[in-house]
Amino acid sequence: MNNGTADIFELHGKVSRATVIEEICLQLAPFQAGEQPITGETVISKDLTIDSLAVMDMVMELEDRFDVSIPMNVVAEIHTVDELTETILELRAKR
Amino acid sequence: MGLFDRYAGLLEVYRDVRTTGADPFQIRMERVLSPTEAIINGRKTLLVGTNNYFGLTFDPSCMEAAIEAIRAEGTGTTGSRIANGSYSEHIFLENEIAEFYGKKHCMVFTTGYQANLGVISTLVGQGDHLLIDADSHASIYDACKQTQAEVVRFKHNDPSSLEARLRRLEGKPGNRLVVLEGIYSMLGDSAPLKEFVEVCKKYGAYVLVDEAHSLGALGENGRGLCEEAGVLDDCHFIVGTFSKTLGAIGGYCVSNDPDFDILRVTVRAYMFTASLPPSIVASVRQALRIVKGRPELRKQLWSNVATLYDGLAAQGFKLGPQHGPVVGVHLPDRMMAIGFWRALLDAGIYVNVAIPPATPNGVSLLRCSLCAAHTAEQLEHMIEVMTGIGRQMGVISSTPKLRVVAGAR
Repeated sequence: MNNGTADIFELHGKVSRATVIEEICLQLAPFQAGEQPITGETVISKDLTIDSLAVMDMVMELEDRFDVSIPMNVVAEIHTVDELTETILELRAKR
Repeated sequence: MGLFDRYAGLLEVYRDVRTTGADPFQIRMERVLSPTEAIINGRKTLLVGTNNYFGLTFDPSCMEAAIEAIRAEGTGTTGSRIANGSYSEHIFLENEIAEFYGKKHCMVFTTGYQANLGVISTLVGQGDHLLIDADSHASIYDACKQTQAEVVRFKHNDPSSLEARLRRLEGKPGNRLVVLEGIYSMLGDSAPLKEFVEVCKKYGAYVLVDEAHSLGALGENGRGLCEEAGVLDDCHFIVGTFSKTLGAIGGYCVSNDPDFDILRVTVRAYMFTASLPPSIVASVRQALRIVKGRPELRKQLWSNVATLYDGLAAQGFKLGPQHGPVVGVHLPDRMMAIGFWRALLDAGIYVNVAIPPATPNGVSLLRCSLCAAHTAEQLEHMIEVMTGIGRQMGVISSTPKLRVVAGAR
């Protein structure tokens, strides 16, 4: 659900790297495996309990939070939280 | 690493599924008796999971048409239309489907899966944008893997989610193609097509609607959701299948685009596979005549939908969001779904079981599909059996009546 945060980001235009990571970690929290913390280096499909369909659904949530679209072929190339963050920042810069 | 090591997780799930003693993915129909009954595990079983919406698989006129076609033209075409040529019957069928929709062009495919796979992956290419509903059928997802276009998903049945994605594409070059389904195959819900079409018009996007589960079921003439929503002229491409309401196998795509026929030499799923055999083409042509000529079958189907859906809802089952020829019954988890499915089969009722990863949002479902040929007695019996199993398994609570009796002790 879009809880209005996307609008706030739009107003300010610029979004910090930390904000994006924070949001991704929030989305991934339900899929944390054991005690291992989620960091920039976390490999999304390997270090977590998330399946490919749930990854795509999470991407859809992030798209709406940050008002960008991440094509499926781009998602397929993303492995870590850092790479996902970078992609979102790049797409926002191109808007 | 062995070739199958990557499936270790799936193998484990599959092993779990089979611990119930029956494998829902390898059911054997020892003998099919009618559109609604078959012999399974040696006993007569009620079929409520066959997508046989009008019950035409045993229609005498369709069967006769198929038999006659075999006698006249043989068992198969042994090749593709572009290599071995078309039979007259292929062309007649294409003309009849085009006419049914009031569209200029039609192409038929050997399966509905190939129609989606081939058409969608070919309509858009490098530099184009393909936008699909998150709950799309596997054939649509597979088209996404084949195309060179950029693919973006939008939230299921959410026109505003589509609009946000089309808006983000503004100013970017390339065509936009939006893919929707008339009725979604797992939960039986329909797309808010009118709203979707308005969004597509606003942003200049092409619309493709897959009417696989809605052909015959929706619309005054059974053309599907496009007809029911009054947007037949706004849908640039309509895809469908012969394997559900029409009781055979095959797929089609209709369109008014003047250059549509170029797809015959560009869609690989059309070019490089054998064409439909004469018997199938003949029975499908007859089944289409029935869809046009016997609207009472649609009425009967919806009456059966109401019986099952309302009956199960009254007992407290959690169902898909709306009446539809597919009724999805939610169960709390995968093992509960398998257990319930197995208990139903033991009681002589066959439905489909749908579990992750084949389902949206990781839900576990018993997937029931109605048939115009089901009798009210068959369906009432099914509701009774499901209610009994549901109470035993704790999926639904006991009736208030029973509680009163217990309280009066």
